[in-house]
Amino acid sequence: MFKNMYNWIDERLDITPMWRDIADHEVPEHVNPAHHFSAFVYCFGGLTFFITVIQILSGMFLTMYYVPDIINAYYSVDYLQHQVAFGAIVRGMHHWGASLVIVMMFLHTLRVFFTGSYKAPREMNWVVGMLIFFVMLGLGFTGYLLPWDNKAYYATKVGLEIAGSVPFLGDYIKELMNGGTIVGAQTLTRFFAIHVFFLPGALLALLAGHFFMIRKQGISGPL
Amino acid sequence: MDHNNQQETTHKPVKRKEMTRRQFLSYTLGGAGAFMAGGAILPMIRFAVDPILQKKEKSGFVKVIEESKVTSEPTEVKFKVHQVDGWYESDPKLAAWITKGDDGKIFALSPVCKHLGCMVSWGGEEAPNEYHCPCHGARYTKDGKNLKVAPKPLDEYEVKTENGWVYLGPIDPNSRV
Repeated sequence: MFKNMYNWIDERLDITPMWRDIADHEVPEHVNPAHHFSAFVYCFGGLTFFITVIQILSGMFLTMYYVPDIINAYYSVDYLQHQVAFGAIVRGMHHWGASLVIVMMFLHTLRVFFTGSYKAPREMNWVVGMLIFFVMLGLGFTGYLLPWDNKAYYATKVGLEIAGSVPFLGDYIKELMNGGTIVGAQTLTRFFAIHVFFLPGALLALLAGHFFMIRKQGISGPL
Repeated sequence: MDHNNQQETTHKPVKRKEMTRRQFLSYTLGGAGAFMAGGAILPMIRFAVDPILQKKEKSGFVKVIEESKVTSEPTEVKFKVHQVDGWYESDPKLAAWITKGDDGKIFALSPVCKHLGCMVSWGGEEAPNEYHCPCHGARYTKDGKNLKVAPKPLDEYEVKTENGWVYLGPIDPNSRV
């Protein structure tokens, strides 16, 4: 049945070449752990992406219960963690995944560095990768405030003081991120918006560029 | 050849600085497009930066402690101030450490650490006779002078005494060190 459905669509839209283009590509021997086990270091980029997908999915589900409001944020997180079925698991995925994605990204960066894969003609991909790194740090920073507990509050206060120490512009940057002069109601809504809309949008665009470039240029050669 | 050339020059049409149809259209479309994009984006930017541009009100004076109770040992006082945070109005408790200085003047220090904004407190086992910050170990003297970690001395509340009571006002940079 699925085959018939697929053929019906394929006759009209000719979709086979599209996914063939994406799916059919050679994996060189030196990056295939089945040939040389040490090639597992080439998996970290894919693992970073895998965890990113988990983060996006678990984050989407968390917003079914979470409210970015200073009165209710903590209670909504407490409720989804302790009262909702599998709440500890879904929030746990997002909580631990957030740290893991940084770890994986770091290992991926080390692999790229030590195999010299950032060299010409792949410099632009290194730069895009660095931008992804900063977007990920931004996601971590903005997400940390959302439970609105003491740790979140003071971590954000400290983080914003650091932002405020930028020469000349610091105070403006701090106030813009704060949404006012204190870490309060407007900071929470702002961080929420940045965490779930602005940065993920930027992240997806950068990832698209990252993947397009690696496909176009191919994986760098063996050492 | 020569003859032909001359004919060409004599018949050359007057050259005006005209734009081509293509240029005109691309300027018009580009301008209209920029106008429309601007119309969509400018409101959003103004919307996002609104908190920076809103007027800040200076807080008034609040009665906190009797003058006679202030000693040369810093004491913590808590007091409520009215705070407007967007749509959320509240009366959060603020803290101040009030001391009578060696010069006999009463002064009140803000406990917000000048390193990265945690709360300092006076004395305790870790730092007797000093202000101590639990986050990164900053230390201050009784006058709020920064000894360790912090780059600046503790801020001071404006102090007013009336009828035997101490009133605290807006927060200013330290004037004692």
